[in-house]
Formats: sequence, C-alpha cells, structure tokens
Amino acid sequence: MSWETVIGLEIHVQLATKSKIFSAASTAYGAEPNTQACAIDLGMPGVLPVLNGEAVRMAVKFGLAVEARIAPRSVFARKNYFYPDLPKGYQISQYELPIVGLGHLDIHLDDGASRRIGITRAHLEEDAGKSLHEDFHGCSGIDLNRAGTPLLEIVSEPDLRSAREAVAYMKKIHALVRYLEICDGNMQEGSFRCDANVSVRPAGQTALGTRTELKNLNSFRFVERAINLEVERQIDVLEGGGSVVQETRLYDSARDETRSMRSKEEAFDYRYFPDPDLLPVILDEDYIEAVRETLPELPDARRERFMYEYGLSAYEADVLTASREMADYFEAAERASDGETRLTANWVMGDLMGALNKAGLDITESPVSAQMLGGMIRRIGDETISGKIAKQVFAAMWQGEGDADEIIEQKGLKQVTDSGAIEQIIDGILAANPQQLEQYRAGKEKLFGFFVGQVMKATQGKANPAQVNAILKQKLSSS
Amino acid sequence: MVLQRSDVEKIAHLARLAVSEEELAAYASSLSDILKFVERMDSADVSRVAPMAHPLDAVQRLREDAVRESSQREKFQAIAPRVEAGLYLVPKVIE
Repeated sequence: MSWETVIGLEIHVQLATKSKIFSAASTAYGAEPNTQACAIDLGMPGVLPVLNGEAVRMAVKFGLAVEARIAPRSVFARKNYFYPDLPKGYQISQYELPIVGLGHLDIHLDDGASRRIGITRAHLEEDAGKSLHEDFHGCSGIDLNRAGTPLLEIVSEPDLRSAREAVAYMKKIHALVRYLEICDGNMQEGSFRCDANVSVRPAGQTALGTRTELKNLNSFRFVERAINLEVERQIDVLEGGGSVVQETRLYDSARDETRSMRSKEEAFDYRYFPDPDLLPVILDEDYIEAVRETLPELPDARRERFMYEYGLSAYEADVLTASREMADYFEAAERASDGETRLTANWVMGDLMGALNKAGLDITESPVSAQMLGGMIRRIGDETISGKIAKQVFAAMWQGEGDADEIIEQKGLKQVTDSGAIEQIIDGILAANPQQLEQYRAGKEKLFGFFVGQVMKATQGKANPAQVNAILKQKLSSS
Repeated sequence: MVLQRSDVEKIAHLARLAVSEEELAAYASSLSDILKFVERMDSADVSRVAPMAHPLDAVQRLREDAVRESSQREKFQAIAPRVEAGLYLVPKVIE
C-alpha cells in the first residue's frame, strides 16, 4: 500500500522585544540565572500582568505579512498545568480568540514547484522558564529568566506532505520573521522552535490518520530527520496491523530515534478560561494600517524583483534572498560593482559563499564586506584586473590585507592592457620558441594554448587575456 | 450535572490537591450542588448577548517596551525553600 504523509507545524517564535510580554523584566539571553525574573514572572501573589505593546505590534506585523485577518478583538486565556518552570500553575496564552487568524505562505521547492501552505492562526503567549536536570542532590534546578518572554505560536494547517516540504516551510517562516525584524531566529538559543504533528494515511483517503506530536526539533536537520523517522515508524505500526497512539514523542538526536514522552495515557485537560487579569485587546483599522506601513519588502516580493531587475534565475533569486542579510549584501555589492550584476551574482554565490561555508561563517560575519567585494568586481569590469587575478585579490581581502584597490596597487596586479607592451612580449616569446612556432604553422594548432600560457607566465597573469588572444592570433597567422 | 467521586478525584489531581477518601463523597455532593445552582442560568436567553471576556467593559492598555526591573534575586530566593547556584531547586521532574 502506498501512504501519504500529513504534517502540520507549530512554530514558536520568541519576539525580539526588550522586555517581557507581561512584565518590565529584561529578555536578554544568557544572564545569570533568575536575575531577570521579577515578581510577575515568578507568579507572586497580588501581581498584575500588563501587556507589552511591542509584542502586539510584532504579532500584527507577522499577521499582515502572511495576509492573515488581524482580530479586532483578541483575548488572553489561562492554560492550566503544573510544571516547575511555570510558577503560576498556568501559562497565559490565547485560545478561542487569537490575535492572528487564517493566513498563508507560499513555499518554493527545489524542483521549482510552489505550494501554498495555510496558516491556521498565530497567537501570543508567554514562554516558560528552563529546567536543568543535572543532578542537584536529586533535585531539578529552575531558571526563570526565560519565563514571560513573548512568544508568537504560528500554527500551520496540515498542508505539508513530506519532511522536505516541512523544512521548506519552516525555513520560509524563519526568513520571514527575520525580514520582519520580530525575531533574531537564533535556534541554538531557542529563539525559534518547532513541534511537528505527523500522521500517515493510505493514499487517496481523505480522513486524517491518528497523529503524534514531535517535540525538541531545534534545527532544520532534526525536523527533517525526526519526521522521516516518525513516518517510517507509523507505517511499520500500521502495516504490522497495529494502530498509532496519539501521543507526544521526543526526538533524541543522539540516538536518532523518536520515543514516547508521556508514559501514561494522561489526557491533557488544560481547562482554558479567559484570564481575568487581562482585558480584551482591541485593535482598530488605523492601528493595523499604521503597522502595515512599516512592513519591509517581503522575501517573495524581493525574490520576484531580483528575477526581473537583475535578470537572475529562480534558483539564484532563491539563494540570494534566503535571508535578508544575504539579499542586502548582494544588493550593496551590486551597487558598489558599478552595474556588474552578473559578475556580482557569480562572485557572491561562488567564491564568497564557498569561503564562508569553508570557514563556517554567516554572511554577516564575512571578512570581505559587500563594498569591498563590489569594489573588486568593479575593477574586473573596468579591466584593471582579470577574473583570474581577482581570485588572488579576493584571497588577500579575505586575509584582511585591505580593499581591492590597495591590494592591486601593493602587489602590482594591475592588468597589462597596453597593446604595444603585450605585442613586445609576444614577439619575444615567439622568437624564443622557434620550434613550437614552426610546428604551429605546420598545422599543430593546439600549440596556441602553449603560447598563451607563456605570455601569461611572462606577465604573471596580468596581461589582458582577450588582448593576448587577439594579438597572438594575428602574429601567428601573419608570417 | 452530578459529579461522581471519580470526577472529584480527577479535578483534585489536576489541581494538585490532596483530598482524602472521606472528603471525596462530601466534595462530590457539595460541588454538584454548586453546579446545579449555576445551571439555573442556562434558562436565561443569551442568544443576543456577545460572550464576555471580562466583567468590565474596558480595553487592555498596552505597556511601552522598556526594561524597568532590576534583579531582586536575593530577596526572592531568601523565601524559597531551596536554592543553589542562583537556581530554585524543586523535586526532580523527569526520571
């Protein structure tokens, strides 16, 4: 039997506010434990949460970017459960009336196809603290610095049909929240986290199969791996005549397996109810329109523009708009290159990305700035250096030896374009190699490459290759 | 709606309340009475009333995004049962 995979993702995005969603404590990452957990975050008696306006604005910004309906009235609710990283005994979240309603996002797959993925909703809630399970004399240690950090939980429709599509969607959301500047996207620090609801059904069946929820998917690679493992496991269970149990499973990357997290069939009963400490959030049209005006050019629009404005292929536009920083880099380099668009795209996607990957650096950490790269490309364009010499210049810039013009000057890499000088060198070489010259003229035309090589060697690669070819051809044919 | 002993057990478990065997029956009966009382409201016609999220007809105020709290960890941890290395210690939550 052939099976169809059905996946929905719940992505938790930490909003990049300075203070927490309901308190004025700092959200900065990496502080000493519990130094950023105030009375409100600790759930002390008598405290009152007050909503952070910036968290609301960021949620609305996201909603507008995925063309969702922004709720004119949304309500916070208490989700009740006991866990020590949640001192109040409930998480303030949104339930029946989330701030962002139905929206959608288009993903582009490697084969060039596009798919529209529905976004069911996105709601505001507070993050929990962290439990450290190393042994503290048989106890767990609790750090509540993260408690109260604003989260936007983005829930997709079960529209994803493979682990690859899930990753493409997740990457797209990741790029989008960074374009919108509402999240730093740092997955190591937990700013961007993902749970996946996974089920399988016989191909052609409309009803959904029983799903499991996968947790702890904190990298793109883990999402893909965990979903593939879980799909295999579910198919094995079903083909073996069993049935899938609805449960939460944890992906263990060290053992490369998913395993059941909740041993008993402990049914969740969160007993949601409206939080009496918070009033309904009312947003009028003026507010929403004002937020809309702050939207930057979004990834899809930029991708389209890169294709028509710069004449890039869909693949190139995808790569160069994968992150806002990458797209900004390309555009700045292109401007500095004085119109050498094609060369800039090739250099950014070729030598630059290659060097960054090799060094394990992000585009924002590139030792060669966009201005430096563009400046060098400009010198290829105006024939000061050849493409081959440019590789030397690039390597020197990477080592921090200065910008292209300084390096060209210092190392004497300026291309020889004086045709008189080139002619002189060619004459010398022809005179020094009478045997090869004779063979060439006797029909061994392969030797043309030999002469070009000799000229380049004599000029340390600095002779303009097009001129060398032209002059050499002329000299060799005239006898 | 009448609550059974098992309902009370479940509610007590969710609220992490220790309810003794003797108390279970008493709670089942008194909680059922409260529910019966609340059920009288079912007879009211609310078809033209929008669900309320808060008893006050007021709108949530938004706070400016600024850090105004400084660390008061020493004070908070002075009243905690156990602390170590700046962490609050609690009975181990996972096996």
